[in-house]
Amino acid sequence: MRVPSPVRALPAGALRLAFGLFEVPMRALQRLLGVPRIGWVFVAPNLVVLGLFTFLPIAINFWYAFTGGAQLYPGERPYVGGENFAILFECTNHLDPSTCRKDLFWRAVYNTGAFAMLQVTLMVLFSLVTALVLNRKVLGRGFFRGVFFYPVLLSPVVVALIWKWILQREGVLNALVQSAGGAGVEWLNVSGWAFSWTVFVSIWAHMGFYTLILLAGLQAIPAELYEAAQMDHASPWRRFSRITLPLLMPNLLVVVVLALIRAVQVFDEVFVLTGGGPGSATLYVVQFIYQTAFAESIRLYGIAAAASLVLALALLALTLVQLRLSRRAVEGGAGARDA
Amino acid sequence: MLRTTVALAIASVVTSFALAGEIRVQCYSDGNECEVTQELVKRFESQNADVKVLIDKVPYKAVLETLPVQLAAGEGPDIARVTDLGGLSRYYLDITPYVKDPKAWEANFGQTLKWMRPTPSDKGIYGMMTQLTVTGPFVNKTLFEQAKVPMPGPKATWDEWAAATRQVAKATQVPYAMAFDRSGHRFTGAAISQGAKVFDAKGNLAIDDGFKAMAKKFYDWNRDGTMPKEVWGGVGGSTYRDAFEEFANGRVVLYLSGSWQVARMEKQIGRNFDWVVVPNPCGPGGCTGLPGGAAFVALKRTKNPKDVGRFLDFLASDAVYAEYMAKTDNIPASTAVAKKGVDYNIAPAAKSALGVFVGQVGSLSPVAYEIQGYKYNRALFNPTAQRLGQAVAGEMTLDDALKRISADIDEQVKAASK
Repeated sequence: MRVPSPVRALPAGALRLAFGLFEVPMRALQRLLGVPRIGWVFVAPNLVVLGLFTFLPIAINFWYAFTGGAQLYPGERPYVGGENFAILFECTNHLDPSTCRKDLFWRAVYNTGAFAMLQVTLMVLFSLVTALVLNRKVLGRGFFRGVFFYPVLLSPVVVALIWKWILQREGVLNALVQSAGGAGVEWLNVSGWAFSWTVFVSIWAHMGFYTLILLAGLQAIPAELYEAAQMDHASPWRRFSRITLPLLMPNLLVVVVLALIRAVQVFDEVFVLTGGGPGSATLYVVQFIYQTAFAESIRLYGIAAAASLVLALALLALTLVQLRLSRRAVEGGAGARDA
Repeated sequence: MLRTTVALAIASVVTSFALAGEIRVQCYSDGNECEVTQELVKRFESQNADVKVLIDKVPYKAVLETLPVQLAAGEGPDIARVTDLGGLSRYYLDITPYVKDPKAWEANFGQTLKWMRPTPSDKGIYGMMTQLTVTGPFVNKTLFEQAKVPMPGPKATWDEWAAATRQVAKATQVPYAMAFDRSGHRFTGAAISQGAKVFDAKGNLAIDDGFKAMAKKFYDWNRDGTMPKEVWGGVGGSTYRDAFEEFANGRVVLYLSGSWQVARMEKQIGRNFDWVVVPNPCGPGGCTGLPGGAAFVALKRTKNPKDVGRFLDFLASDAVYAEYMAKTDNIPASTAVAKKGVDYNIAPAAKSALGVFVGQVGSLSPVAYEIQGYKYNRALFNPTAQRLGQAVAGEMTLDDALKRISADIDEQVKAASK
């Protein structure tokens, strides 16, 4: 016969006492609200936190987007209707930012679009290749997994400062180039270079996270499938295209959509690395919002709030696409396995 | 037990608010201003045992970006060291009732008190200039000597300086002839020398022919390699970037900045090369830069206005103010202290540089004083840095940049006036 030890018995007794204390008010609440509504009591703390720190700021943002002036207090701001949105979208030709009233907003939109396309494509590609390599039995596999994941742990500001130190005119990279007999390059002062480096640095900083997701997906693929394919003399490419890729698709979709959302929100690394320059070559939408609302002496909160709503809509669309695609992928994957 | 708990609760509530007799001063340093203020605080506290002064040292960026939001939200320190003197004026506290001799303040700081007043008709005392600054060029004298090129005289034009410095840069194989801080304030001083009036007949900010003439020169100098493109074109927005490192590393012959850099020049350049400050180059609008500076301003949100007034009164007293100027190597805004002279304990080059800046205070263009005292002057300065930066980076033509500056000014002033 097992006798409960006093150490085990004590917490159990304490727990019973604690629950007993809650029981009386909970029973009273249940009588008052009824069984179907008692669930609200349990989610209330979360609702309060979300309401205060998420929904209330969203509501305030809406108010700012429809008011003008440079005042901070919502009550002091005059209602202007859709004027801020009209200003943002006022263009002779939307494909040419220089014809737009808020040319910097459109430059930021196009820069963000180009950045997202390039960064996400390369990020997914590099993450996939890295995950495939790290999934094999290579020497020092644990070490390399750590190396690729390490930048993810760094603060974006630290990442940007490290790369600024490397890329500045008298930086490490130019020192290497010059020691090899080449001429130094203004890596961060030439538009094309600066843009390319923001893409590269962003990939370097976040690739480890996506590699990890893909690695988890690869390890979930049953080894028997590969063994069976090998017995059928399937080529490595065939094994990859017929087994790995289809079964990895749900993870790949998650990676693509997460990377896309994150790319659209890019700010901190680029802000520290290039400040949006040269000119506005690396000005992205979030920095435009920040600059308009906080970095100018006369702060156009209304324009910034309107731009942030436009960005929110874009992110909402991307999230809905992710939900739909991942649902389809899960259903498709389940169907394939059932078959 | 209950009594102790209640006492602790009350104590924690009380300490979350400002204590009676405690004032917080938000301070940023160009050189050692906060450290010197801290020294003076000790003396003030020994004379005023009922007041405690806490200095919060912050980076300049916090003063530009965080402080305005804090103040708009009714938060922030009791006193702050600021440079946007007119732009933040609606948050200032009039300390006239709390200073011993308001007339002495008016007599000593009359010229600069109006920069902090929210309206021209206002007569309040809102703060004290901790430094008066004047923009002007620093020149690498050693490079001129090595190149055997005579330095242009005190009435030389910008074009003459550009030609001379280009000659020096070529002879000494220095990459750039001239550099301006990336700042609309610095550029506007030079533009006024080219005849810019900055305001139109109705008193609104305007981009006139003088401004355009300087913009054209500046744009050309950046495009032809007289100036390093990365200073203005290398960053985005209206971000401030100085060209000090370029000058200190001997990569630029002439550097347009201002008197606040003297201490830094002395400290960092030392004996590496000889440098001098020369009078502002001339043009149709005269030989002018722009005045400016930083001030300790009293803020309305304080719970201890009397103590704030006492502390600023202490700092503004002649002896303390003179000591502050001497230890921070700054130009005094107090006429009494300026008249007596400041006993700077600095190297001869720095002393002579400060002398040149002080000598220009009286001869700056009236337009320069007008724009410095204008509440929305940053509606001109910020777009100037941003748009000229874009033009220099090759993103837009100079004409487009000038049109954009006008549009940005209109938009910002309109929003601020709503």
